[in-house]
Amino acid sequence: MTTNPDLDAPANHDEARRTFLKQSSLLTALALVPGSVVTAAAEGFDERVAAAFEKIPLSLKVNGVKHKVSVEPRATLLDFLREQLHLTGTKKGCDYGQCGACTVHVDGQRVNSCLSFAVMHDGQEITTIEGLADGDRLHPMQEAFVKHDGFQCGYCTPGQIMSAVACVREGHAGSEGEIREYMSGNICRCGAYANIVAAIQDVKGGGQKV
Amino acid sequence: MNQFQYVRATKPQAAIDVVAKDPTAKFIAGGTNLVDLMKRGVMTPQKLVDINRLPLNKIEAQPTGLRIGALALNSAVAGDAQVRARQPLLALALNAGASPQLRNMATVGGNMLQRVRCSYFYDLSMPCNKRQPGTGCAALEGINRMHALFGASDKCIAVHPSDMSVALVALDATVLISGPKGDRQLAFSDLHRLPGDTPERDSNLEAGELITAVDIPDNPFTRHVHYQKVRERASYAFALVSAAVALDIENNTIKAARLALGGVAHKPWRLPAAEQALVGQPATEASFRRAAEVAMQGAKAFKHNAYKLRLAPNTLVQALKTASAA
Ligand SMILES: Cc1cc2nc3c(=O)[nH]c(=O)nc-3n(C[C@H](O)[C@H](O)[C@H](O)COP(=O)(O)OP(=O)(O)OC[C@H]3O[C@@H](n4cnc5c(N)ncnc54)[C@H](O)[C@@H]3O)c2cc1C
Ligand code: SF4
Ligand code: FES
Ligand code: FES
Repeated sequence: MTTNPDLDAPANHDEARRTFLKQSSLLTALALVPGSVVTAAAEGFDERVAAAFEKIPLSLKVNGVKHKVSVEPRATLLDFLREQLHLTGTKKGCDYGQCGACTVHVDGQRVNSCLSFAVMHDGQEITTIEGLADGDRLHPMQEAFVKHDGFQCGYCTPGQIMSAVACVREGHAGSEGEIREYMSGNICRCGAYANIVAAIQDVKGGGQKV
Repeated sequence: MNQFQYVRATKPQAAIDVVAKDPTAKFIAGGTNLVDLMKRGVMTPQKLVDINRLPLNKIEAQPTGLRIGALALNSAVAGDAQVRARQPLLALALNAGASPQLRNMATVGGNMLQRVRCSYFYDLSMPCNKRQPGTGCAALEGINRMHALFGASDKCIAVHPSDMSVALVALDATVLISGPKGDRQLAFSDLHRLPGDTPERDSNLEAGELITAVDIPDNPFTRHVHYQKVRERASYAFALVSAAVALDIENNTIKAARLALGGVAHKPWRLPAAEQALVGQPATEASFRRAAEVAMQGAKAFKHNAYKLRLAPNTLVQALKTASAA
């Protein structure tokens, strides 16, 4: 049992769950349990139908590695990455979509991993900060952040870098103004913005493949 | 967060059936509003129907306009070549909302149905008729600087927070809906409600109704358009006030105008009288000022939002100046 403060589930979660299950025969009766999965498909649902406490099978690729796991429906993509896959590079800043620390790429697009459930990403490809480097060779954006001091405490940095890579790939790094607008989803409490912009401009101007 | 049952729909009808039958069930699209509200305990659905795999994300040219699927992402719509060419006002409004990451998750249907940002709605320890009918409205006598100027009731004075919706109401959009009783269409201006005595209802959708698409008719507003958003930082913040304007100008005379304000009412606030006041007038600041005066008739401020009585007309005039110069 983890005691990570980032987990919104209390440490006695399993116990709470058992107590709840005892009290909730009603709920299980209402739920579409796996027995109904076969008919579910015919009625327009896929096989991923779960009762409230049941874990749901999930297969997805993270940083090129295939994972076949099961998750509770209410696990966010962020918590799943950090707690279940132990990829703690992706940070939890606000947990409400307001800071960008949790930015990852889903099928190549940057998103806030704190505001969607992991189960919604079945079959998709996730890239986190851990998946950016090529072996021991840092990604050009990581190098540029080091070179330009694009951080102080470093907490927002994984999200900044994931967002910065997407910003360049999207073609939204054309000018300082455009970079600032398209990086506005990533807050830095240390105020490293000027150096972050410089790092992105360096990468954009350097012409390396990003 | 509360526990819930998760089902993923592969056919619209299946999704509709589940939500129509179960008042505790909700559709989930991008999740950027619903997951947020669930984490805070403001919404506690017992069942989530994931609609992301439904084939509703196309942006299609039709003979008389564009049809945008309800699951089209905000970023995809804002970046779409047809949207930018035929409905540039919509692209401007979308890009003024949220952040690039959020726009990569947020869908068109979810955006229009996002819930209010009133801080008391989010605060479980405070009375709020929208969250818990009958408990009262904490904003009425509380901090109400973000709140409405038009159409409020003594039950709720919150404003609709969507930027996209301000453009859609100005562009005479129509919402396509599938429900337990079949398909229907709703003028976009009839989708959202004024709070009246039932602020717990944000929209005129019935239980289980699924938005499938939005239609935007072709119009002459491809050049003189602007979305002006005033917020407390340069980006990534909700509007204090916003204005969506579209003008058809010939020889410096305004032939037609479409105007709407955001951040001033429980729904995106179309301004028909101000539009009329512009028709036939020269495209000058004096005309814009007069129209803005007309627009503000009937506005009523609360203790902390009186600044909007000046901010709203000024925002509208600024938007009109920018649009006419485009
Ligand atoms: C930090 C932050 C800043 C933001 N800033 C802005 C901003 O500046 N401007 C702005 O406009 N918005 C802003 N937003 C809000 C954002 O635009 C909305 O959260 C988003 O558009 C909702 O879309 P979604 O697909 O994620 O909806 P969801 O969260 O999935 O759903 C929202 C609601 O709509 C219902 N729903 C979804 N799709 C359908 C459908 N097809 N038919 C029927 N019901 C449906 C759901 O049941 C739910 O009740 C911000 C959000 C955050 C978190
Ligand atoms: S303004 Fe509306 S949302 Fe805000 S406290 Fe009052 S009833 Fe609730
Ligand atoms: S942790 Fe996701 S945006 Fe802050
Ligand atoms: S480096 Fe500290 S928050 Fe950005």
